[in-house]
Amino acid sequence: MSGFVAGLCVAILPLLAAGFWLGRRTARPQSLGDLGTPVEHATFETLHTATLAAPPLRAGLTEEAARKSARRLRSLLGTDALCLTDRTDVLVWDGIGQHHRTQIMELLAGPLESGRGEALPLSCDSPDCPVRWAVVAPLTVDDRVHGALVACAPRESAVLVRAAGEVARWVSVQLELADLDQSRTRLIEAEIKALRAQISPHFIFNSLAVIASFVRTDPERARELLLEFADFTRYSFRRHGDFTTLADELHAIDHYLALVRARFGDRLDVTLQIAPEVLPVALPFLCLQPLVENAVKHGLEGKGASSAAAKCHIGITAQDAGAEALVVIEDDGAGMDPDALRRILAGEVSPSGGIGLSNVDDRLRQVYGDEYGLVIETAPGAGMKITARLPKYQPGVHSAGRLTAP
Amino acid sequence: MNSSYAVPAVALVALATVLVGAFGLRISRTTSDFYVASRTVGPRLNAAAISGEYLSAASFLGIAGLVLVQGPDMLWYPVGYTAGYLVLLLFVAAPLRRSGAYTLPDFAEARLSSQAVRRLAGAFVVGTGWLYLLPQLQGAGLTLTVFTGAPDWLGGLVVAVVVVAIVAAGGMRSITFVQAFQYWLKLTALLVPALFLILAWQGDGAPRHAFDEPAAFREQRVVRVDDTITIRLRDPLTVTVDGTVDGRVHEDRRIRLDAGPHHIKNGTRLTFARGDEVPARDHGTGGGLSPSLAESRGERPLYATYGLILATFLGTMGLPHVVVRFYTSPHGVAARRTTVAVLGLIGAFYLLPPVYGALGRLYAPELTLSGDADAAALLLPGRMIGGVGGELLGALVAGGAFAAFLSTASGLTMAVAGVLTQDVLPSRGVRHFRLGTVFAMLVPLAASVLVGGLPVADAVGLAFAVSASSFCPLLVLGIWWHRLTPPGAAAGMLVGGGSALLAVAATMAGFPKAGALHALLAWPALWSVPLGFLTMILVSLATPGRVPPGTAAVLARFHLPEELRAEVKA
Repeated sequence: MSGFVAGLCVAILPLLAAGFWLGRRTARPQSLGDLGTPVEHATFETLHTATLAAPPLRAGLTEEAARKSARRLRSLLGTDALCLTDRTDVLVWDGIGQHHRTQIMELLAGPLESGRGEALPLSCDSPDCPVRWAVVAPLTVDDRVHGALVACAPRESAVLVRAAGEVARWVSVQLELADLDQSRTRLIEAEIKALRAQISPHFIFNSLAVIASFVRTDPERARELLLEFADFTRYSFRRHGDFTTLADELHAIDHYLALVRARFGDRLDVTLQIAPEVLPVALPFLCLQPLVENAVKHGLEGKGASSAAAKCHIGITAQDAGAEALVVIEDDGAGMDPDALRRILAGEVSPSGGIGLSNVDDRLRQVYGDEYGLVIETAPGAGMKITARLPKYQPGVHSAGRLTAP
Repeated sequence: MNSSYAVPAVALVALATVLVGAFGLRISRTTSDFYVASRTVGPRLNAAAISGEYLSAASFLGIAGLVLVQGPDMLWYPVGYTAGYLVLLLFVAAPLRRSGAYTLPDFAEARLSSQAVRRLAGAFVVGTGWLYLLPQLQGAGLTLTVFTGAPDWLGGLVVAVVVVAIVAAGGMRSITFVQAFQYWLKLTALLVPALFLILAWQGDGAPRHAFDEPAAFREQRVVRVDDTITIRLRDPLTVTVDGTVDGRVHEDRRIRLDAGPHHIKNGTRLTFARGDEVPARDHGTGGGLSPSLAESRGERPLYATYGLILATFLGTMGLPHVVVRFYTSPHGVAARRTTVAVLGLIGAFYLLPPVYGALGRLYAPELTLSGDADAAALLLPGRMIGGVGGELLGALVAGGAFAAFLSTASGLTMAVAGVLTQDVLPSRGVRHFRLGTVFAMLVPLAASVLVGGLPVADAVGLAFAVSASSFCPLLVLGIWWHRLTPPGAAAGMLVGGGSALLAVAATMAGFPKAGALHALLAWPALWSVPLGFLTMILVSLATPGRVPPGTAAVLARFHLPEELRAEVKA
């Protein structure tokens, strides 16, 4: 019988999953039947319908939003037909009397221009058409008319005019919220662009000074360093796309470290451990290099500038972790007081040293969500370990262009 | 057969897997090799990794068993398993890589920007993954039973524990090297013993009648029947019986069985003399177990063969553990080159199992009776060569088989666990990948203990059928047809994949036993794949307003080579 049991399991599991999903989808607040007076009950019903109509409208006045919300709005008004338009077209006609659809835009010219609600008679060829009157209520956002809500009824009714006006104002509020959402998205995008890390001017001066020091003594080395410098600046000044791949970012770090090594010589010791399958992961442009720069700085600080022989060790690890890549950057330098670090990351203070960290943290949170912020383990004198988790796939995150040739 | 070398071999494979997984990162300490360390995975390494993950117990043991029992008709299995990559190469590989998707749900979201379709695809990934994990665990149980006589469920438990321990402890820090290592290990484990076996076969005078019907015993042989079965004799036969035949108990007595069917109770020992014909086993009577689909295909061989071809050709692209490996390729062209290399590597590997099947028919024909045909590859070295050498070669095969379970099971577990943690389990800040791993392995483990012996290659074939009828339409239409809509994709996956899943469930439950309906349900791909495509196309055409905005841009990204994209953006 075990085969039968197996078949039963295979058949029942999807059913269970589907039932679970349906249950989640259709779960409503407890029945309101025995809750309060009939008036209160009606209020709850109305509020519930309004709640259901709201989410689609938050996408703005589009055809899909109109289609999804029109039925709810019609049941809110209790009319036979309801129509939503923008300034030029009918977006949706819900209910009976579809043949008026073509006629409605001509009627709307006046109200759309004036921004005032009206009740208009409809002309119809068929004698038993139940739709005789159209109540027009404009949808306005910031005093600009964006469209209209048209409720149709068999006869003229002051109640309907009033109700349509109120519903139209409620819809307008939702559209204003949609507008706010859009501005917020634009703000975030602008912020990401503004946050796009820039290499520090100090680094440019220091690099050029180091190269200059080699020009006479070791021209070949100076030439190599100049090429590294060119590669690194080309990468960091490039303008297309906000995202790059881990492989490209690591190459930029390589160029950066070559220049830093020229300056600090043997005092810097770097270990790299890479799981090659995470190299194609797309990530925000220049979001690891600041972390390495930070590690170099902290590492060398901790050893004290006086003891030139002291070495600093930096480890960079990139490994595979299911649907994410795990990048760890650690140094054995001075470390930091966790409270001070917390203040830097919260943006309360902005000392020269921490700007790179909080910038990277902000960008990672903007792109991947709050749970993907940097995780930093540190204490004074104990070095610093920074962990970044990068999802392998995130909608909208695509590296621009091809990886550098292997 | 007991072998003192098999257990150390298996332990060695597990240890090597852990070590390569934990320390197989590219390490650089000086400036000069920094560049080498951060170089992306080349097509050849990635192809070995994909092949290592793909070649499962069904390939390693199952095909030899099928050829042993059914003869050369079964060569369609390896052909289908390989040719799936050809379809993948032609239609899917490069656009899939360019989509940037890591898993199949990611692809659904990238193409259709719909959370509902994403969740549905996730559910099918979990379903296919579990269906595919089940035979891996059973195969492991079989291997351990053959070598140590341990109970059936123990091997599955060992693999499950090892995989969960490695994956959940974060031991797979670099899965590419692990899987590439497993591929070469598996190839060696079949190739070296095969060479010795062929030498032994040559030394035996190279008998060529492997597939002449019927197979005959080459020496006196005691067969212990583990299931209650019915055998069918063409001619009267005299055997020594210790146990119950046709309801009568015999104790080590020579009796004469007439031509016709005979009922043999489990636990019975039959001793055949040299030159005796191997009796044919009646299908459909193996107690509560469903008969091997391969056996019942005899009724409608043409239909069954086409069903198999369609399922394997189109099902490969939807296997969750194969898809995620393409992400490792740095770009679309590399993904294509990788697929070509995979075709070569897998094609080379599949030359070997049929050799074991053919030799098994000559030297271990009784396996068809005892129901352990899948063990042919494990038993042959000991049987044909014998001595310490035979045992060592047997241990090598056992190690390779264990590598097959480990690599496929760990790849599947990671794929299923990834979907479970991302889309099913509630997220609490840091997602519970470990919990997902345990959950991903627990369900098939419980099922394998409950279900017992479903033939390994069959269960895999069913997983292929479900994958072919749900993901193949999604991938092919998603990549090549701009009018696909989210409702269409959801409906197509539900109708195609759902009907295939129901057919699988009915077949596993043993309903119906025979007839046209049984053939239809046992080989569902031939009708469920077109059904899935048709539903997807019709529902998409019926909902033209739901084509996601930005489809043109998404398709352009799928099909344009990466260099061009960079130029356009710049």
